Amino acid sequence: MTTVETAVGTTKTMVLNMGPQHPSTHGVLRVLLELDGENVVTAVPDLGYLHTGIEKSCEDKTYSQAITLTDRMDYLNPLGNNLVYCLAVEKLLGLEIPKRAQYIRVMMVELQRISSHLVWLGTHALDMGAMSVMLYCFREREEVLKIFERFAGQRMMTSYIRIGGLALEPPAGWREMVKRFLAMMPARIDEYEELLTNNRIWQGRLKGVGRLPAETLIAMSTTGPGLRAAGVAFDNRKAFPYSSYEEFEFNVPTRTESDCFARYLVRVQEMRESLKIVRQAMDKITDQGAIRSEAPGVVPPPREKMKTEMEALIYHFKIFTEGFSPPPGEVYVPVESPRGELGCFIASDGSPKPLRVHFRGPSFVNLQALPLMVKGQLIADTVASIGTIDIVLGEVDR
Amino acid sequence: MPQLADANASVVIERLRAWNPGCIAQIIEYRGETTIVVPHKLLLAVAKQCKEDPALNFNQLSDATCVDRFPNEPRFELNYQLLSIPRLARIRLRTSVSGQQPVIDSLEPLWPGANWMEREIFDLFGIRFEGHTDLRRILLPDEFEGSPLRRDFPVEGKR
Repeated sequence: MTTVETAVGTTKTMVLNMGPQHPSTHGVLRVLLELDGENVVTAVPDLGYLHTGIEKSCEDKTYSQAITLTDRMDYLNPLGNNLVYCLAVEKLLGLEIPKRAQYIRVMMVELQRISSHLVWLGTHALDMGAMSVMLYCFREREEVLKIFERFAGQRMMTSYIRIGGLALEPPAGWREMVKRFLAMMPARIDEYEELLTNNRIWQGRLKGVGRLPAETLIAMSTTGPGLRAAGVAFDNRKAFPYSSYEEFEFNVPTRTESDCFARYLVRVQEMRESLKIVRQAMDKITDQGAIRSEAPGVVPPPREKMKTEMEALIYHFKIFTEGFSPPPGEVYVPVESPRGELGCFIASDGSPKPLRVHFRGPSFVNLQALPLMVKGQLIADTVASIGTIDIVLGEVDR
Repeated sequence: MPQLADANASVVIERLRAWNPGCIAQIIEYRGETTIVVPHKLLLAVAKQCKEDPALNFNQLSDATCVDRFPNEPRFELNYQLLSIPRLARIRLRTSVSGQQPVIDSLEPLWPGANWMEREIFDLFGIRFEGHTDLRRILLPDEFEGSPLRRDFPVEGKR
């Protein structure tokens, strides 16, 4: 049991248990707060309430079976999780992905980034007492989820990105759907900003709260909007491009204040940048072309081939019974998730099941900075700090 | 000096060799990623050099994780992903840890962010980190017995 030791016989400080069932902890985070009046002396996060052993389960599945598990880590970014896992396996295999599939992947993960930031904005505004923003954000997020449902048949646990490409051809009429969303969204983001950015209560609750210098954040391994709000323009999409990100034009928004308000501004700006990327991706995606690479024995053959060619049937059978065996070796693939650097480390021993799969979850690592952020601040500011770190407990605990 | 595809890795190897010729046990290149295998005793010193040498400047520890090669001995491999934000370069340090005495120096004094990563390894693999300020289980309850990510721990759990 995680406890906080207080000096015996003193009545100066008290220990307050916050969570694991607390609306502002966004899941099941427990934080033990040692308080001096209303000021936080120490904060000790206690994790693991949602630990499901995903990394262990991956070791007992073939490479393609583990994709559905990745959906369930960061449940606000399932496509990003699929992507990082598939990129890592593809790197192990040395597999090239058709450009068309790469662009669709980029479009999907950018839509996912928007929806994830919308959930963040809505819930954070709710924590700060602004109820209506949540309703607006979830309204727009629903539009993104409808797009996902059309593409993958699932709103959230999509498993749409597969090893070697994508699960399905884009659905009929997808362009109109995404276009409608792109046309609607900029005005809606303006609307959120109108409600919040110059709102005195919003500024009062966020400005100057949870401030940490960039050096500390780097030392604490923080990445993502939290680091960019401290003036460090580090973004894996620019620094180590994957999935053809180098062909897209977008900015990396930064601020220098490094407080909760700066993190809010960075995320809102990121939504606008994501819209830009989605628009470019749409232009790049051709109507015809392959969505999976030609890799017999790794990528399942198309249904028609399976019905007519014997080899295709054999490959299909082999992929779904024993799987495929990448050569022995290790890879680490980082991508930029809405929360920061999402990394996937896979060690292969040449068998059809991975020797080790490890996910470097940005939520887990970023949460480490919480005790430093809240030290000396008010309890109410702790809520603001937890909110702007933007954790997803499914990913923290895995 | 082997010719490596990754120019950054060549710089790292050159600088490390100039500092201490015996600090690199092996260099592994795979799919464009370079892994520098370091002797168990020198891990902290090499990591310190990677961080503090201005030409290397690996200012962030991205990730630390463990691979269990059971039943081989030494069974554990620790992998550290270093990132230099100013230079936009990555490198992986690796060292092995024996199963009989799973102890290694903590990198927390260099990168405080190693704290939770090492706690996670301690929790799931049972490796002790010397010099760690707060080595407790992090994901599992304190009364849990065993190290579930070891290869000899059954997937369905112990009954």
